[in-house]
Amino acid sequence: MSLLELRQPLLSAAPAAAESRREPRARRLFPAAMITLVVVLVALSLNVGAADLTLDVLFTSRIPRTLAVLLAGAAMAIGGLLMQLLVRNRFVEPATVGTTESAGVGLLAVTILTPGMPIAGKMAVAIITALLGTFAFLRILRAVPPRSSLIVVPLVGIMFSGVIASMTTFVAYRTDMLATLQVWMTGDFSGVIRGRFELLWIVAGVLVVTYLVADRFTVAALGREHAIGLGLDYRRVVALGMALVAVTSAVCVVVVGALPFLGLVVPNLVSMIMGDNLRRSLPVVALSGSAFVLVCDLLARTINHPFEVPVGVVVGVIGGIVFLVMLLRQRR
Amino acid sequence: MIEVEKVSKSYDRALVLDDVEVTIPTGGITSIIGPNGAGKSTLLSIIARLLDADAGTVRVAGHDVATTDSRELARILAVLRQDNHLTVRLTVRDLVAFGRYPHSGGRNTPHDHDLINAAITYLDLGDLADRYLDEMSGGQRQRAFVAMVLAQDTDHLLLDEPLNNLDMPHSRAMMRQLRKAADELDKTVVLVVHDINYASCYSDRIIAMRDGRIFATGTPEEIMRRDLLGDLYDMDMPVEEFGGRMIAYPYF
Repeated sequence: MSLLELRQPLLSAAPAAAESRREPRARRLFPAAMITLVVVLVALSLNVGAADLTLDVLFTSRIPRTLAVLLAGAAMAIGGLLMQLLVRNRFVEPATVGTTESAGVGLLAVTILTPGMPIAGKMAVAIITALLGTFAFLRILRAVPPRSSLIVVPLVGIMFSGVIASMTTFVAYRTDMLATLQVWMTGDFSGVIRGRFELLWIVAGVLVVTYLVADRFTVAALGREHAIGLGLDYRRVVALGMALVAVTSAVCVVVVGALPFLGLVVPNLVSMIMGDNLRRSLPVVALSGSAFVLVCDLLARTINHPFEVPVGVVVGVIGGIVFLVMLLRQRR
Repeated sequence: MIEVEKVSKSYDRALVLDDVEVTIPTGGITSIIGPNGAGKSTLLSIIARLLDADAGTVRVAGHDVATTDSRELARILAVLRQDNHLTVRLTVRDLVAFGRYPHSGGRNTPHDHDLINAAITYLDLGDLADRYLDEMSGGQRQRAFVAMVLAQDTDHLLLDEPLNNLDMPHSRAMMRQLRKAADELDKTVVLVVHDINYASCYSDRIIAMRDGRIFATGTPEEIMRRDLLGDLYDMDMPVEEFGGRMIAYPYF
């Protein structure tokens, strides 16, 4: 006899039909709404700018810029989500646990030591230091008692990234690189033109890989014991996920700079409606990340027209406010 | 059959399992009882390869759990630990569906979906299937986790405190369902239970543990004795027969 023939429910007298009831409306409609929003925002993004719209402007500036915003927004949102699920804490993202700062270390080091190195090489070094920094953070986390408060993990991350950032700042100060460091660490799409954003396609690859192994990441997010119980190679999957996060962060820092709070705010907001089953939520989180950065970038281009505000500033301000509201509303 | 041979485990310097040797035969319900710190959960975790033993071997259906491929083991034994708190936001159906992961690798077939629905129905979760777990009560969540483990459809079920968070009606119903799973689905069910009367009423065998060692094993009639339970728990309690079952009275 198999489970299938044992249909008598636990308490109710009659077997209830658990057959596919329709998903709640919000969960069904949200993806389509987000696609529509992104399409509208892309159209706007292609039309807004200081220069008049010509084919040349479109192909050298507007399209590359819009693509860069789409890719970076999606990538940082997914990076934040993956990190939250694998660290099992809702209040972490690459920019608050030292991943972004570690990428900065590598970038600063190559710029000082071998200034002539092509950008791809610099990025490779930034990826390596981002990986090292991320795994150092995970190593530190292993010393944190599993039942400590939710706040401990993000605090450890903030302290760890603070240590790295201050060392980087010191070195940059001594080598007259402070202004350059500032530029890297503030997200800015104004320098994005054809020929200067193509490395961002790497994160598109990362997104595809993430989607392909989405189920593994969701199982890992159940926690070590459930994951092992389901036969998952837990350590390897977590390592893979964190490596993907490190690559994503490093690429984004090198090409456009840091986008703070994005990875914190977007996944948490989407999760309220879509949940975290990655196979279902991942495309929506990616789209929402793109939409969020598109809005911020449009603001950055128009607030002080014809001049630009760095998008990192806008993302930081809006993201920070949204995050605060989320924190305050969480006390149900 | 689950064979535990000379298994020892210590945390830091505290010895939690001391040369444990026990065999759990195929079929039926085996309950592990004993005071806090007896090593019950540790033993269950080692059998389920969630923890590595310092010494000794565990074989489940002939497979050494330390060396067998984890996914292969996940098709032979399912385990539910006490902690069912999740940070990941999933619906009941999402969670139960992951019970099929060891078989399907995430690509669920119609047969998988049938099993998922059956497990959801079996645990009385039909109306809650599309609700998020973090919006449900502890007892409902506990049932969802048991449904996941059941959907895994393994011959061996290891459950650590399955009655956690359940009210009286659901506790009894859960034990009856497990009894049925053992009788009608031929599952080998191993439970860690605190309520010795549940252990007495629903098990075929009881393993009593104390101080990291096996204190006694036997049928409920053999274990549910005033002198034995008194020594096990360092606490005197009367044991009387009621309706053909041995019931202990540790209340006054």
